[in-house]
Amino acid sequence: MAGDLLQFLFAGITVGAIYALIALGFSLVYSASHVINFAQGEFVMLGGMGTVFAAAAGLPLPIAALAALVLAVLAAMGLERLAIHPARDAGLTGLVIVTIGASILIRGLAGIVFDRNFHTLPALSGDAPLLVAGATLHPQALWILAATLLVALALWLFFARSLTGKAMLAAAVDPLAAELAGIDPRRVVLWTFALAGGLGALAGFLVTPLAQTHFQIGVLLGLKGFAAAIVGGLGSAPGAMAGGLVIGLVEQLTAGYLSSAYKDAVAFVVIVLVLLLRPSGLFGTRAIERV
Amino acid sequence: MDGARSRLLGLAILALVLAGLPLTFTNSFWYDVAIHSGISAIVCVGLNLLIGYAGQISLGHAAFFGIGAYASAILTGSWRWPAELALLAGLALSGGLALLVARPILALRGHYLAMATLGLGIIVSILLNQEIRLTGGPDGMPVPGLVLFGFPVRGPLVWYALVAVSLFIVTLLALHLVDSPIGRALRAVHGSELAARACGVDSTRLKVLVFVLSAMIASYAGSLFAHFSGWLTPAEAEFMRSIEFVTMVVLGGMASTFGAIVGAVVLTALPQFLTVFHDYEHVVLGLALVLGMIFLPRGVVPELARRLGWRAL
Repeated sequence: MAGDLLQFLFAGITVGAIYALIALGFSLVYSASHVINFAQGEFVMLGGMGTVFAAAAGLPLPIAALAALVLAVLAAMGLERLAIHPARDAGLTGLVIVTIGASILIRGLAGIVFDRNFHTLPALSGDAPLLVAGATLHPQALWILAATLLVALALWLFFARSLTGKAMLAAAVDPLAAELAGIDPRRVVLWTFALAGGLGALAGFLVTPLAQTHFQIGVLLGLKGFAAAIVGGLGSAPGAMAGGLVIGLVEQLTAGYLSSAYKDAVAFVVIVLVLLLRPSGLFGTRAIERV
Repeated sequence: MDGARSRLLGLAILALVLAGLPLTFTNSFWYDVAIHSGISAIVCVGLNLLIGYAGQISLGHAAFFGIGAYASAILTGSWRWPAELALLAGLALSGGLALLVARPILALRGHYLAMATLGLGIIVSILLNQEIRLTGGPDGMPVPGLVLFGFPVRGPLVWYALVAVSLFIVTLLALHLVDSPIGRALRAVHGSELAARACGVDSTRLKVLVFVLSAMIASYAGSLFAHFSGWLTPAEAEFMRSIEFVTMVVLGGMASTFGAIVGAVVLTALPQFLTVFHDYEHVVLGLALVLGMIFLPRGVVPELARRLGWRAL
């Protein structure tokens, strides 16, 4: 029994870390530009599919992963420059529709340029499971956790210590005041999209050995990352990390103890419950306006 | 041309087109396309009230369409209810669910309804896929033919007439709502919510009302769809279907009832004729959404109307 619980916790933390990386992309973009980027899941897909196809073309795995990362970053920057910036007058509703359109477009292109089959990648340290207190742990899970912790640490250092990071925070808080201080808010938004693209690609590369990849994988992963971002409070980076873990854990515990058929519904039940009970998210501090 | 007269003209044109269209149909394929377009158009006229006039998006309207469709399929098929009663049950279920979710969420300013409907839509879609004993699961289930007040609805022309009359009535209802004090209050809320509230407009109640109404219209269209197609799968209630409905409304023209109809017809009919481009369907749909929002942020029909010097249809 205890072994089962530990097993579900391991699985929950592993997928939770993936959701956290995706949720970070949603949150960073939202705080810099107030855009909910529904194409975030496609960066995850590009990270996985891009690595698979670059590796199939003969590149060694680390170079292939880097190529996929560059692809996702370019796609994210292209999305900001070519679609979101030109449509900035379309209002919030319009921008949501632009990002949905872009996600359908990227998915459609991926289905043509790559293919429509499932693919996998070799795990970074083999597939021999580690035995921990009666539960098994896939070595890839350790890579995922380590990478996520490293990303969290790097982001914290970047935003708290570096001048660029502080400039990005300033531009998110008040674009006009930031501009007066010599920061170009347009560049900040562009770099935030690039960062979100990179985070998505990293998640896609890391999860593929455990979950396979496919040109449509970004839809569900993106939506679950979005759910994690809402649970944590949109715009809060620590919230996104915590939200990812919450969704991952609840999902795996549901699959283990209640019903594996409804595993995928958990994230969305949590979205609706959070919106009904605590719309600012579990960790959001921004006051919600009641009208 | 002022608003009331151009609306009357629009209704007259709609009636003429709906009545005249069958004369151009040479085979049942055309009827099939027209009936599917009409059913989408009914959903979009309702959804347009929400997007165009209440300024809120629903990313889960296919769920209400699906609830209507499955209510009709299950209640008339397995439970042998009369079709009218099954349809009403679908309306009650959709409306009730919409009310339950919308009341607390629309009290908040912002796009929380979009997130909540997204969640709700996916939950409904998963339920329809998993409750195999009730819905047949991903393979789908058969739906008995439609019998309305003792008359069996059979044959393409009768079905076309039913859908056309339904679309006309829903359009009439939508235009009336827009022109009513409720519509004026909604436009005031759209302009400045604070100012409207200061004048005594209960903006939350209005938005809830419009959302519930649009959900019930989608449910009605779903019931028609289920009986017409005779076989129902959960694909009809998928997230992507919700996105397609939003695309139709936005490309046709937000806050334009006739725009919503044009958007629905074009986006339902085009893929039928462009089956050669099946692989590129998503590329085209995605590009259309992005380019539409950049170059025609107000939609095709309002933009045309503006160039022709008409007031918003």
